[in-house]
Amino acid sequence: MSGTTVAPPPASPKTRAPSRSRLTDPAVGVWLAAAAVTALGWITVAARGGDFLTLANVVGILQNCVALGLVAVGQTAVILTGSLDLSVAYLISLGTLVAATTMEDGGVVTAVLAVLALSAAVGLANGLIVTGLKVNAFIATLGTAFILRGWIEDNYTGPAGKVPASFQHLGYDRIGPVPVSLFLLAAVAAAMWLITRRTRFGHHLYATGGDEHAARLSGVRTRRTVIAAHVLCSLCVGAAALFLASRLGAGAPWAGTEARYDLESIAAVVLGGTVLAGGRGGVAGTLGGVLVLAVLDSVFNQLGVDPFFKNVVRGVVIIAAVALYARRGSRRSA
Amino acid sequence: MSSQTTTAAPYRRVARSLGAGAPVFALLVVLLVALAATDPGFYEPDRFLAFVKRAAPLVILAAGQYLVIVCGEFDLSVGAIVTAGVVAAVEIYGSFPNAPWPLITAGLLLAGAVTGLVSGLVTTRLRVPSFITTLGMMLILEGAVFFWTGGSPHGQLSEGFRQLGRGTAMGRLPWAVLACLVAGCVAVLLMRSDFGRTLIATGDSERAAALAGVRVHRARVIAFVLSGTAAALAAVLVGGFSGVSAQAGRGYEFEAITAVVLGGVVLGGGRGSVVAAMAGAFSLQALFTLLNLQGVSGALESTVQGVIVIAAVGLGAADWSRLRRRRTHSSGGRPS
Repeated sequence: MSGTTVAPPPASPKTRAPSRSRLTDPAVGVWLAAAAVTALGWITVAARGGDFLTLANVVGILQNCVALGLVAVGQTAVILTGSLDLSVAYLISLGTLVAATTMEDGGVVTAVLAVLALSAAVGLANGLIVTGLKVNAFIATLGTAFILRGWIEDNYTGPAGKVPASFQHLGYDRIGPVPVSLFLLAAVAAAMWLITRRTRFGHHLYATGGDEHAARLSGVRTRRTVIAAHVLCSLCVGAAALFLASRLGAGAPWAGTEARYDLESIAAVVLGGTVLAGGRGGVAGTLGGVLVLAVLDSVFNQLGVDPFFKNVVRGVVIIAAVALYARRGSRRSA
Repeated sequence: MSSQTTTAAPYRRVARSLGAGAPVFALLVVLLVALAATDPGFYEPDRFLAFVKRAAPLVILAAGQYLVIVCGEFDLSVGAIVTAGVVAAVEIYGSFPNAPWPLITAGLLLAGAVTGLVSGLVTTRLRVPSFITTLGMMLILEGAVFFWTGGSPHGQLSEGFRQLGRGTAMGRLPWAVLACLVAGCVAVLLMRSDFGRTLIATGDSERAAALAGVRVHRARVIAFVLSGTAAALAAVLVGGFSGVSAQAGRGYEFEAITAVVLGGVVLGGGRGSVVAAMAGAFSLQALFTLLNLQGVSGALESTVQGVIVIAAVGLGAADWSRLRRRRTHSSGGRPS
C-alpha cells in the first residue's frame, strides 16, 4: 500500500509471537504509553487542583472508548490483510438510522438483525469490489462511502426513529461501576483476538497481509480471506452503530461522520502498532491505541484546552508514535 | 519491467500512457457528449470557460496529487491546506487590509511548499507511512485553523486577491483557466524531464531506483513540496471563486485522489500519466455538472458518483491487466 515499507520480514506470526512479548513490541509499548499518558494527565490535573482518577472519570474514559474501539477492532482485521475500510463512518450513520427506525415499528431483535445484515452486506460488497473488480481498497471503500452517503441523504433529512427504553440499557446501564457497553467491546475484541490469533483463518489474515502473492502460492485463498475480513469489519461497525443508536436514543445521519470514525479508527489502529501495509500488529495494540486517544481527550477536557487544539496534539501524537515504531522496526531488522 | 518504464522510447510512452489512461479519455468524451446533448448551449465559449474555471482547482490538485501518488505515496492533507490557505488569507487581510495581492499569493504558495516539505521529510526521514503523515498533517492544520479563528473565520478578501479566482484576463479568458493551463504544462514538462522519470522509477521499485543511483528520498520530498504548492494555488483560486468558509477545502483530498485514480494511475506508484490524471479531474467535474443538469437530486449525486468511480476504476483495472498480459507474455503475474 505504501512504498516506504520495504518487504516485511517473512516470519510467521506464530513462531514470533512468544519472543515478541517484550517492551519493543508496539502492542506492549502502546499500553505503556497509555499508562504514561494517564500518569502524566493525573499529575497535570492534580497540579491544577483537580482529581483525574476519580471513578466517574475513569468510567467516562472507558465509555468513550466503546464506539471508536468497536470500529477500530474491525478496522484492524481489514488492515491486517493489507486492505482498508473508509466506508465505516457512513455505515455507522446508516446503521443508527436503520436501527432506530426499525425499533420504532418492530421489535428490538429484528432491528439488531437488520443492522447486522446490512453491515454484512456492505462488508461483502466492499470485499467483492476489492477482490473481484480489483479496485484498490482505498477507492473501493471510498466509493461505497459515497454510495451510502447518497442513500442516507436521499432518505433521511435529520434524526429519525426512536429507540425504546429497553434497548437504551445497552448505552446507559452499569453492572456495578462498569458500563454494560464495555462488556460489548470486550466481547467483540476478545472474539476478534481469538479469530486473528487462534484460528486458521487468522493466520491466513496475517499471511495475506504480509505477502499476498506468497500466501496465494502457499495455498491460502487470499480472496476469500480479504472478503471475510471486510465482512468481519463491517459487523463490528454494525455493533458500534447499535451502541451509538442506544446512546443517542434515535438514528442520526451525522452519528458516524461527525466523529470521523473512518480516519480516527485507522489512526487508532496504526497508533496501536499495526502496520498499514498489513501483516503485522493485532487487536491488543489497537485497544491500547484507542485508550491513548480517549485518555488524551479526557485530560484536555479537564484542563479546559480549546477543543480545536486537541486535533493539533492528536496529529502530532499519531505521527510521533508511528515514527517511533518505524525506528524500532528498522533497528531490529538491521 | 522497470527498465521498460524508465527508458521507453517516446512513442512507446505515448502508447502506454494512453493504454493506462484510455478509459478516462473515453469517459471524458462520453460525459462531454452527454453534456452537449443535455444542454446545447454548453459549448458556448463563455459557459465552457466557466466550466473549466470551476474545474481548475480540482485539476491543479490532481496534478499535485499525481506527483505524490506516482512515487508511491498519498497526500491526504491537500484539503486541509486549501482550507488553511483561504482562512490564512482572510486573517492576513484582517490585519493588513492594504497588503498587495501578489505578496499574499506568494506567501501562501511558500507556506504550502513548507507544509509539503514537512510532510515529505517526516515520510522519508522518519519513515512514517505517508497516509499517516498527511492524515496527521490534516488534523494539525484543521485544528490550527479553527484554533486560530475560534471556529468561524470572518472577514473579507481584497478584490485584487479574488481576481485570480473570479476575474478574467485579456477580455474573456479567466485567470483560473490560465493558472490551470500553466500548472498543467509545468506538470507535463516536469514528468518529461529527468526528475519525472526518477519519480516514476521510485514509485515502480524504490529499491531498484535507489540502486540505480536515484536519490529516492529527495525525489519524494520534492513531490510532496510540489503537491503542497499546488494545494496552495488551489486555495487561492477557491478563495477567489467561492469566498471564505471554514469548509472551503473539505473533501478535496478524496476528490483529488479519486480523480487521479480515475485517470488510470495506480495507487502504489510507478504507473500512469499526469495528463490522464488531469483528465480524471475534468471527468469528475463534468460528472458533477451533468448530474446537476440532469436534475438528479443533490442527495443522490454522491451515490451516482460512488458507483461511477468504482465502475470506472474496476473497468480500467480489468482492461489494463489484460492489455499488459498480452504485451508482456513471459513476465510472472505480480499481484496488483
